[in-house]
Amino acid sequence: MGRALKVIRKQKYLLLMIIPFVVWLIIFRYVPLWGWITAFQNYKPGIPMTQQKWVGLKYFREMFNDSEFYRVMRNTLAMSLMSFAFGFPLPIILAILINEIRSAKFKKTVQTVSYLPHFVSWVIVASIVHAMLAPDGPINYLLVSLGLIENPILFFGEPKYFWWIVVFSDIWKEVGWNTIIFLAAITAINPELYEAAEVDGAGRFKKIWHITIPGIMPTVIAILILSVGNLINIGYERQFLLRTSAVRDVSDVLDLYALDYGIRAGRFSFGTAVGIFKSVISLILLFSVNRLSKKVLGYKII
Amino acid sequence: MRRSIGDKAFDIINYVIMIFLSVITIYPFLYVLAVSLNDPFDTIRGGITIFPRVFTLDNYKEVFSYPLIGQATLITVLRTVIGTVTSVLSTAMVAYVLSRKDFIGRKGITTLFVITMYIGGGLVPDYLLIRSLGLMNNFLVYILPGLISPFNIILIRAYMENLPIELQESAMLDGANDFLIFFKIIFPLCLPVLATIALFVAVGHWNSWFDTYLYCGGNKNLTTLQYELQKILANTAASSTIDYYSNLDPTRTMRVTPQSLRMAMTIITTLPIVFVYPFVQKYFIKGMTLGAIRT
Repeated sequence: MGRALKVIRKQKYLLLMIIPFVVWLIIFRYVPLWGWITAFQNYKPGIPMTQQKWVGLKYFREMFNDSEFYRVMRNTLAMSLMSFAFGFPLPIILAILINEIRSAKFKKTVQTVSYLPHFVSWVIVASIVHAMLAPDGPINYLLVSLGLIENPILFFGEPKYFWWIVVFSDIWKEVGWNTIIFLAAITAINPELYEAAEVDGAGRFKKIWHITIPGIMPTVIAILILSVGNLINIGYERQFLLRTSAVRDVSDVLDLYALDYGIRAGRFSFGTAVGIFKSVISLILLFSVNRLSKKVLGYKII
Repeated sequence: MRRSIGDKAFDIINYVIMIFLSVITIYPFLYVLAVSLNDPFDTIRGGITIFPRVFTLDNYKEVFSYPLIGQATLITVLRTVIGTVTSVLSTAMVAYVLSRKDFIGRKGITTLFVITMYIGGGLVPDYLLIRSLGLMNNFLVYILPGLISPFNIILIRAYMENLPIELQESAMLDGANDFLIFFKIIFPLCLPVLATIALFVAVGHWNSWFDTYLYCGGNKNLTTLQYELQKILANTAASSTIDYYSNLDPTRTMRVTPQSLRMAMTIITTLPIVFVYPFVQKYFIKGMTLGAIRT
C-alpha cells in the first residue's frame, strides 16, 4: 500500500496528464456502450436510465419481425459484397501496373492524381456523381453521342442502377489511395530477385508473375482478411448522400435504418437494438478472421 | 539489352491505362468547374464537356450572396483549426504518458483505448449521450467527441518509443518534471509525426458534415460548408430524377439554377483541399506508410 502511494506521488504529473483523457474516454466511448441497455428498455426521454421500464428482447423481436429489416440487410450485404468483389482486386492490379511504369516522373504524377479523390468529402463526391450522371450530364451526353442510347438514362430514377453507382463511386474515390499499401509491399521486395530473373531471361510478365505477386502475397492476404472482417461496416455516408426518393428501397443500409427508424422517428430503443445487432455481427466477423489469420499467416491481425 | 516487342507493347498498353485512369479521376472535377463557370440557363441545354460555353461568374456571386456562406466558412475554419490543435495536443500527451514504460497505468489504459477501436456504442447511444450532455447546438460537439483517436495514439507512441531515452533521463536528473519533459523535449522532437497526423485530422474536420446534420442541423450559427453543400445536394438531387427543367421554378425570378449553384459551391468546398494537397502529399503518404507498418 505504502509503495503504491509512493509510485503515485512520483508519477503525479503523468497521472495529471492522462486522467482528464481517461475521463473523456469513459464519457465519450464507454457511456454509449453502457447505453446499450436502452435496447432492453422502453426508453422514454427525461427519465434516468435506472428507472426506465424493462422490456427484455421486445425490440429485437420487433426488428426480426420487421420486413423492412430484411430489405435493409439485403441492401447492406449486396453493397458490401459488390464493393468487396471489385474494390479488393482493383488496387492490387493497379499497384502492379503503377510499379511497372518506367518513367519516374510519370509514375509520381499518376500516383498524385489517383490519391486526390481520397481527400475530398463524400458530400463533394456525391455532388460530382450526381452531376456526371444527370440527364444533361457528360455520361448521358457521351452515351447518346455514341448512339448507344436514344434518350438520356435517369440513373437516379431507377433502383437497378443504385448499387452500381454506390460501388463505383467508392472505387473512384478510394482505388488510388488503396494502392499505397501494395506499392509499399512491392518496394520491399529484394531487387536482386528481379536482377537474377533478368539474367535467366525472364520477361515482364514472368517477373510480375513469379516475383511481384508472390512478394506481395502476405500483404494481400492480410488486407483480404481485414476486408472480410469489415464486411458489415460499409458506412452510410455514400448511401445517405447519393439516395433519392426513387431509390429508397435499395439504398437503406443498417445505419440508415437506425437513423431513420431510430433517431428520426424517436424510437431510440429500437434504433439501439439495430446498432447492437450490427456490432455483434461485426465482432463475430472480426474474431473469426482473427483466428483465420492466425492459421493462415501465423499471427493475429488484432 | 534490346527490349522485346511484347515488352514494348506492355509499356504502351500500361501508359494508355494510366492515362485513362488519370483522365477519369480528373475529368469530373473539370466538368464541375466548367459548369460552375457557365451560364446556368445555357447549361440546361446540355452538352457542356470541359470548357464553359457562355462564361459567367454569376453562380459564384450567387453563392457569396447567400447569407449563410460567411458563417459556414467561419465555423468550418474554426472547427478545423481548434479541432486540429486540441486533438493533436491531447493525443500527443496521452501517447507520451503511455510511452513511458515505468507508468503504472500503462497497460490498463492502453487496453481501454484500444478496445474502442473495435467496438463503439453506435449511432443512437452516441446521439443520446450528446443530447444528455447538452452538446446539441453547441460548438463543442465539433471538438469533443472526436478529440482523440486510438489509432493516432499508437502511431505517435511508436515514434516516441524510438527516440533516444538518454534525452529524458538527463532532463530528469536536472530535476525537470514529466510535464516539462513532454513539452520541452518530447513534443518538439515529435513534430514530424505530429505534422502528419495534424494534416489527417484537419482534412477530417474540413470534410465532416454528419455531426452538423445530426447535432446542429437547425442552428444557422453553427452551420458548416459541407453541411450547406449537403443541403443544396439534397434539394437538387431529387430533381435530377424527374425532369431537369423543373429546376426552373417559375414563381421565383432566379439568376441561377440550383444545379449551377451547387456546382459553384462544390468547387468552393473542394478548392482548399486541392490547393493544399500538392504541398502536403508527401506527408500524407508518409502517414499512410506509418500505419501500414503497424498492420
